[in-house]
Amino acid sequence: MNGHAILYTGVTVAFWTTILIVGTCYTIFDLGFRFDVGWFLTETSPFMWANLGISLAISLSVVGAAWGIYITGSSILGGGVKAPRIKTKNLVSIIFCEAVAIYGIIMAIVISNMAENFSGTTPETIGARNYQAGYSMFGAGLTVGFSNLFCGICVGIVGSGAALADAQNGSLFVKILIVEIFGSAIGLFGVIVAILQL
Amino acid sequence: MSIFPELYFNVDNGYLEGLVRGFKAGILSQGDYLNLVQCESLEDLKLHLQSTDYGNFLANEASPLTVSVIDDKLKEKMVVEFRHMRNQSYEPLASFLDFITYSYMIDNVILLITGTLHQRSISELVPKCHPLGSFEQMEAVNIAQTPEELYNAILVDTPLAAFFQDCISEQDLDEMNIEIIRNTLYKAYLESFYKFCYTLGGTTADTMCPILEFEADRRAFIITINSFGTELSKEDRAKLFPHCGKLYPEGLAQLARADDYEQVKAVADYYPEYKLLFEGAGSNPGDKTLEDRFFEHEEQECRNIVWIAECIAQRHRAKIDNYIPIF
Repeated sequence: MNGHAILYTGVTVAFWTTILIVGTCYTIFDLGFRFDVGWFLTETSPFMWANLGISLAISLSVVGAAWGIYITGSSILGGGVKAPRIKTKNLVSIIFCEAVAIYGIIMAIVISNMAENFSGTTPETIGARNYQAGYSMFGAGLTVGFSNLFCGICVGIVGSGAALADAQNGSLFVKILIVEIFGSAIGLFGVIVAILQL
Repeated sequence: MSIFPELYFNVDNGYLEGLVRGFKAGILSQGDYLNLVQCESLEDLKLHLQSTDYGNFLANEASPLTVSVIDDKLKEKMVVEFRHMRNQSYEPLASFLDFITYSYMIDNVILLITGTLHQRSISELVPKCHPLGSFEQMEAVNIAQTPEELYNAILVDTPLAAFFQDCISEQDLDEMNIEIIRNTLYKAYLESFYKFCYTLGGTTADTMCPILEFEADRRAFIITINSFGTELSKEDRAKLFPHCGKLYPEGLAQLARADDYEQVKAVADYYPEYKLLFEGAGSNPGDKTLEDRFFEHEEQECRNIVWIAECIAQRHRAKIDNYIPIF
């Protein structure tokens, strides 16, 4: 663990030092105009933002689902050795995690269907509507991706606890399922907001 | 991201955690012990054990059951479960479980050395060894004629070699009393185990370090009390005390100089925990990590069952309630 800690602190220090030095130099030498956010936003194509949104939607959702499934799955396997009755009931937790990945792929398909071609090469000819389309697709993808990531992790950890509790005392499982349903709802919130953003 | 340990605990330890919780649920309860105590014969005991988590582990044994057979089968079951856990574990859990086996290995090695010195055959000795502490070169121990050969040929390959190197040289092995060898080895083992738990930090350190400190101090007291009346000199005695307990360094220095039971008691008075010990009967240490808790309980459970079986076999019903309840 010590090696990792040194690596992380080293990289963080190097990163912030670079930013500090570059920023100071730009200020001192009156080169502030080079740091041009407007140029960046208008010169990058809206297609890049749209595709980034699509990829974030599906990939972050899948990361969340995978994380949740492995957390729950390993606990079900461990608990199932001595208490085989928990095997079938606890698959419900895995299904909740999987639902998160399904939200992600649905959103990715919806977003990608909304992307259309446009003509125009300079910022003026591309027009504000196209830029707005790109940004909103990126935003929607980001929303659904991150909310599914955390929803998947949440359901996974609760599911792992549910499996272990069920192995000890069979009557606990149904109550803990309610906790999982609440956890699963936050993924749904992300999907709703993302649809509204598009 | 050491701030969110739940996120990656299950990668290495999820299966084992579930398994250990299952074992914990299977530990005999007060009700089970009451049932066992009611048994009239060893056959009854076997029947009652079948309905618990132990299942049919005695199923293939021939009809006249003896207590030693039950004892062996219990140990075998525990060893199988322990080996399964050990095979599934990653670092640092693997090292931790290995440390647990080293104390049994030390006992086995001492047993084998003593047996060889008294010219017992190896086939008699090997079944008497505790199975958790077995290592591959156990059979070869009797080939060695002298302790140096023993060390060079065999022990240097085992994990115990590190403990030998710390404290004994080859000449010492020859001259020393076997008990002194055992205590020196155990001291090296305890100290390295303590250092290991300490560097792991976190919950492991919080639970294991007090246990190991207690064990170290307990051994210091016992060595002192047992050495009254023998020709063990005070410097030799001081060399046997493990340094990882609360008594280090002042208490150990005083213990080394003590001459009789009263002085030992005076040393203990400085440490409130040990004062209570000397005043009453022995006590159990507090909480433990999940694996260690399970392991100690399983061992205690084996001992309880064997105690009950012995009492039944010898029809000593009065003492049968002296088992130590776990929950």
